[in-house]
Amino acid sequence: MATAVLHDRGGPSRPVRYGSISRSRKRALVWSYVFLVIFAIFFLMPPVYMFITSLKTSQEISAATNPWWVFDPTLANYIELLSSNQYLTFFKNSAIISIAVVIITMCVSIPAAFALSRMKFWGSTTLATGVFLTYLIPETLLFIPLFKTFAFVYEYTGIQLINNWWVLLFLYPTLTVPFCTWIMIGYFASIPKELDEAAIIDGASYVQTLTRIFIPVALPGIIAATIFAFTVSWAQFLYPLAFTTSTDQLVLPVGIITTLIKGDVFNWGQIMTGALLGAAPPLIIYAFLMDYYIAGLTAGATKG
Amino acid sequence: MVDAATGTMGVGTRAAARRRPGLFQRKSTIAFLMALPLILIIALLVLYPALYSMHLATLNKSMERFVGLGNFEFLFKRETFWMVVQQSCIFAITAVLFKALIGLFVAHFVHAIPNKGQRKWRGMLLVPWVIPPAMSTLAWFWLFDPSYSAFNWLFALVGIDPVPWLGDAYWARFSVILVNVWYGAPFFMIMYLAALKSVPEQLYEAASIDGANWWQRLWYVTLPMMRNIILITVLFSTIVTFANFDIVRVLTAGGPIDQTHVFATWAFKLGIEGGDIPLGASVSLFMLPILGLGAIFILRDINKRGNEA
Repeated sequence: MATAVLHDRGGPSRPVRYGSISRSRKRALVWSYVFLVIFAIFFLMPPVYMFITSLKTSQEISAATNPWWVFDPTLANYIELLSSNQYLTFFKNSAIISIAVVIITMCVSIPAAFALSRMKFWGSTTLATGVFLTYLIPETLLFIPLFKTFAFVYEYTGIQLINNWWVLLFLYPTLTVPFCTWIMIGYFASIPKELDEAAIIDGASYVQTLTRIFIPVALPGIIAATIFAFTVSWAQFLYPLAFTTSTDQLVLPVGIITTLIKGDVFNWGQIMTGALLGAAPPLIIYAFLMDYYIAGLTAGATKG
Repeated sequence: MVDAATGTMGVGTRAAARRRPGLFQRKSTIAFLMALPLILIIALLVLYPALYSMHLATLNKSMERFVGLGNFEFLFKRETFWMVVQQSCIFAITAVLFKALIGLFVAHFVHAIPNKGQRKWRGMLLVPWVIPPAMSTLAWFWLFDPSYSAFNWLFALVGIDPVPWLGDAYWARFSVILVNVWYGAPFFMIMYLAALKSVPEQLYEAASIDGANWWQRLWYVTLPMMRNIILITVLFSTIVTFANFDIVRVLTAGGPIDQTHVFATWAFKLGIEGGDIPLGASVSLFMLPILGLGAIFILRDINKRGNEA
C-alpha cells in the first residue's frame, strides 16, 4: 500500500513525459508543414510566375513595378496567341504527333510485352533485358547518327525525311516503346498464370488471351503507359529542334522558342502565355489522372 | 448434351495434337511476330545509330576519309573540350546529389504529415516534373532576365546587389544546376515517398524501444530499407542528367563563352549547327562510359534477382 502511494507521489512526472512526447510530435508536424510550404513555394514559383506574366501587357512588363503582382490584368496575350495561325499550327502538330505516337507505342509494346512475359521464344529473356537497357540510351547520343542516316536516305531514295513533322513519328517511339514495354512486362507478369491457362484450355488463341484477358486486367498499367508516352512525346525538344526547321513543321516547345523569341526583342507576355498553354495538356492529364501518372513513374523502378 | 460436347472437343484436340503445327501456328513463331515491331525499332532506330555514331567518329569533317582516332586527338588538344568534360561532371554530380537530398527531405516531410493531406501535397510538389522542361526553363530564363529579373527585384528589397544569373560563368553554372534540381527533385520525392511507405512500422517501434533517436532511426532503419531504390534512382538520374540537353540549351545555349556546355549541347552545336557531324558524334560518345556503368549495375541486379527466383 505504502509503495503504491509512493508510486502515486512519484506519478506527476509521468504525465509530463507523455505530454512531452506528444508535444514533440506536434512540433515535428509543424516543422514538416513549414518545410513543405517552403519547398512548395520553390517548386511552384516558376509556373505561377509564368501565369502572372501571361496576364500582363508589354508596358507593364517593362515598367519598373513589382514583377510579382499584376496591376492591370489582361487576356490580350491569350487572345492573340489563340488567334494566331502559327501558334495553332504548332499546337496541332504537337497534338497529332503525340496522339499518333501513343497509338504506335501501344500497338508495338503491348503485344511485345505479352510475348516477352508469357510466350518464351529463343532469346526472349535477353530481349527483355535489352529493352530495359535501350531505355537508358539517351536521345542525345542518337540524334547525330540519325541525322546523318536521314541524309543518306535522301541521297539514295529521294525521300526527304528532314524538315517534315511526320519524321518525328519514327523518332519518338524510340523514347517511349522501351519504357512502356518494360512496365507492361511488369504488369503482365503480375497476372496469375492460372488465368491465361484457363483461357487456353477453353480454346482461346494467344491473341484472344491478350485482348480478352490481359488487356482488361492490366488496364491501369496501360493507362499509366499511355500517359507516359503522351507526356514524353509532348515534351520532346531535341529531336524536333534537330530535325525540323520550317515554321509550319515545328512542334510546340521548339516553335515557342524559335518564333516567339525574335532577336533581342522579347515579348515576354506572349512567350509565357505560349509556354503555359503548351504545358497545359500534360498538366490537365496529370490533374485528372494523378494516381496513374505516379503509378507509371514508380513502376519503372520498383518492378525493375 | 454435356457428353456430346466434351466428346467433340476431345476429338478436336486429338486431331490437332496429331497434326504437327505449321511454322506459323507454333507458339514461338507467334511470340516472335508479336515482338517483331519492338525488335525492329530497337535494332534500326537505337542500336544501329549507336553503332553508326562510333563509325562516324572515325571520319573526317567531310566524311570521306577514315581518320581513326584523329577526332579524339583533336578534341583532347582543345581547351573547350576539357571545360565541357569538367562542366558535365560538375553539373551531373552536383545536380544528382541535391536532387536526391531534397527528394529525401521532402519525401520525409510528406510522410510525416497525416495521410489525409498527403495526396494534396504530393500532387502539388510533383508539378515541376510534369511541365515539359523546355517550357518551364523558359520561365526560369525570364526569372533570370538581366534587366527584369524578378529575383533581383526581391533581392533589391532586402538590399542585396543584383545577381548576374546567366551573365557570369559561375552564376550561370549555378543557375543551370538550380533549374535541373528544381525539375528533377520531385521525381526523387515520389520514388522515396513510395519507398518510405513500404518500410514496416514495427521496425521503427522496435528501434524506438531500443532507444534510437530520429537520426539513428534514419541511419539504421530508413536508409538501409531504401538502399535499393536510392541506388536505382541515383543511377538513372545520373545517366539522364549527364545526357541533359533541354535545360542548358534553353537557359544559356552553352554561354557565356561556352562555360556551361555539357556533352549534349556541345555535340549539338558542333554536329548540327557547326556542320561537323563526326566531331559532334565523337563528343556525344563521351556519354557512353557512364551508360556502360549503369548497364553493368542493372545487369548485375537482374542476374541477382534471377538467382533468387
